[in-house]
Amino acid sequence: MQDEPTPEELTRAVADFLRNDIAPVLSGHNAFKLRVAINALDLVTRQLRLEDGSDAAELGRLSQLLGQPGSLAELNRVLADRIAKGEADLQTPGLSGHLWQTTMDKLAVDQPNYGSYKRELEAK
Amino acid sequence: MQEALGRCVASWCPGATGVSNAARLSGGASQETWSFDIIHPDGVIGAILRRAPQGHGASPRAVGLDVESILMQRAFDAGVPSPRVLHVLQPQDELGTGFMMARVDGETIPRKILRDAQFAEARPKLARQIGGILAGIHGLDLAQLPKLRGMTAAKEIGDLERDYRSFEWPRPVFELALRWLRERDPGPSREMTLVHGDFRHGNLIIGPDGVRAVLDWELAHAGDPMEDLGWVCVNSWRFGEIDKPVGGFGTREELFAGYEAAGRRVDPDRVKFWEVMGTLRWGVMCCGMMRHFRIGPEHSIERAMIGRRSSETEIDLLRLLASRERG
Repeated sequence: MQDEPTPEELTRAVADFLRNDIAPVLSGHNAFKLRVAINALDLVTRQLRLEDGSDAAELGRLSQLLGQPGSLAELNRVLADRIAKGEADLQTPGLSGHLWQTTMDKLAVDQPNYGSYKRELEAK
Repeated sequence: MQEALGRCVASWCPGATGVSNAARLSGGASQETWSFDIIHPDGVIGAILRRAPQGHGASPRAVGLDVESILMQRAFDAGVPSPRVLHVLQPQDELGTGFMMARVDGETIPRKILRDAQFAEARPKLARQIGGILAGIHGLDLAQLPKLRGMTAAKEIGDLERDYRSFEWPRPVFELALRWLRERDPGPSREMTLVHGDFRHGNLIIGPDGVRAVLDWELAHAGDPMEDLGWVCVNSWRFGEIDKPVGGFGTREELFAGYEAAGRRVDPDRVKFWEVMGTLRWGVMCCGMMRHFRIGPEHSIERAMIGRRSSETEIDLLRLLASRERG
């Protein structure tokens, strides 16, 4: 077992330092690149917090939907393949709900401020 | 660089006494954009150079800078807002291949155009104006233009599928979109026209009076004119204004009205088809950025983060193809 602080606490602390202390003293292209870098750290922080829960739920849905066990990567390949062959589509029970939930969980990490995501969260 | 620009300008611009303020604006390894001022007794002329340095080839989909300059000039002649082409580079210029054009003042950054007060009056008019501009582009006579690659929906689907499969990363939502597109391929367009191919925010210079110039003809081709109308409606170019499909400015109806007022017909089903295609296309391009980040020498965080935007296109594809029931 690794010691504290957790990776999430560390990435958050680094992002806050860059945001509060470094960003104000930079300008021009370096300021832009720093904003991108801070966004990347914020994304990592969100992923560290959310990934375990969303991965476990996705794996559960996939095994049920496909009727077989496997890793997340394997089962996503099987699902992609079935859709490509026309063996699964939006009429397949549970498929639409699964894709929606999986995509919402990705957006929660990648881009929680994206307009479509915020709209769908409100609509839920 | 300033000296080379000065020598070149002296060869085609009578009275010009030199060049100042040469500055590189942007571009990757294969293409550069420079801004500079031509010093002239009648006043300073703001200019832009687009060039590929010697020995660099363009990407396979790109038309090449020589063709871009011709398309831009023809668009200008036809009244499409465009920079005037000043000079096409010759071997003796020793500046590589490319062209010089007049610099057009205005803004290209979407968030400024969609938020800043100085554009407030222009914004409600832009969807309709864009319709008129696209009609102007599609009205150019293909027979009078350089030979362009011909594209159909079927070819585009094939290209996207090949690119997506090359990433070897399963994306069930992309698979769903590919099936949807194949099942609804409307077939070749009755009319093949010039298609700009990348008509969206970033490639439009906008001022308080509206669109001042259409830039970047790199992806121009011959194809279904409805492709440009669909691409400009892709949610990724609305920058948060998601209820205004046309670049965050206005409605499809306004876009269509502007297009039809210029004497051309809209096929709304084809536009929707190309909007789905465009959404998938941007998603695949985001994945391409991720690959570029991983294998390219630059190791750019920006590219890496664009890779993480492919999920934005997945939610937009679901909204288009699998809209949830609202109670």
